[in-house]
Amino acid sequence: MTTRMAIPLVLVALLGTVFFALFSSYTPDASLNLTASYYADQTVPETGAQNIVTAIIVTYRGLDTLGEVTVLFLTAAIVGLVLSQSKAPSAHAGAGGLPSGELLQTGARMLVPVILLFGAYVFINGHLTPGGGFQGGAIVASAMLLMLLADPAERFSHGLISKIESSAGLTYVILGLLGLLFAGGFLDNKILPLGTFGSIFSAGAIPLIYVLVGLKVGAEFSSILTSLEETEDAE
Amino acid sequence: MIGLTILGAVLALASLSAAVLALLARSTLVAVLAAGLVSLFASVMFLLLAAPDVAMTEAAIGSGLTTFLFIFVMGRIRREGTQ
Repeated sequence: MTTRMAIPLVLVALLGTVFFALFSSYTPDASLNLTASYYADQTVPETGAQNIVTAIIVTYRGLDTLGEVTVLFLTAAIVGLVLSQSKAPSAHAGAGGLPSGELLQTGARMLVPVILLFGAYVFINGHLTPGGGFQGGAIVASAMLLMLLADPAERFSHGLISKIESSAGLTYVILGLLGLLFAGGFLDNKILPLGTFGSIFSAGAIPLIYVLVGLKVGAEFSSILTSLEETEDAE
Repeated sequence: MIGLTILGAVLALASLSAAVLALLARSTLVAVLAAGLVSLFASVMFLLLAAPDVAMTEAAIGSGLTTFLFIFVMGRIRREGTQ
């Protein structure tokens, strides 16, 4: 065995040892720790959200979510910046290649509205059922990707995508600042009434914020995908 | 409880074999689909472990968006290769 083969094997064996040590010393906690039991007990009276995970992501850890959305925005902006260096083909320039199949085109025409609707359902119901802004936004973006797969010459309006993206981001920050003014702190959800537990208009500002996050994430992923589609190799 | 353990072991084995398939497959398309299958099995595993939110993220991004993106890029390579 050569050294070139031996080094990766030794590295993999070391990694395996680390993971085995972690795994063998793992014992599940018998009870929730202090933070977890606080969330489990206090989430429903404090935020009125049925889905505790959403309440933690949007309210207790709302600043982290704002940071995550900002990271995604920076990624989309950098992808757009790097790809704008190569020249963008005009609309329908890609139509000279192989057309996509009949099956894919018909299937996409049927499935895209359903997928978009499901994505919207996931982020609107984020405070009631599992899922939320990030998942719904990714589902919306996969509908856009399906449209691009079915017709590579399809062009989306960059202006519309960036308008949705920036107005959602701006409204998100304004809602957070309103929480600072009228409720307990930045991104507090109690600027709106908590409503009936378990109904769609409940949990204060959480559904509103998650719809904005969903739109923002969907627009960001879509802008990454369209800039990937619309550039061609430098000749 | 024992049923859940067996189901977890079956899922772990299935995702391991999908990962091995993704490494060994000769066709790129099969490899991409197998890599998506790993994410799909992982998301079922998260569902079993009572983390439906994580399962949805894994299914939407890991197995949906990433697999689509790979297929999309492969389509572009094929399209530009013919020109």
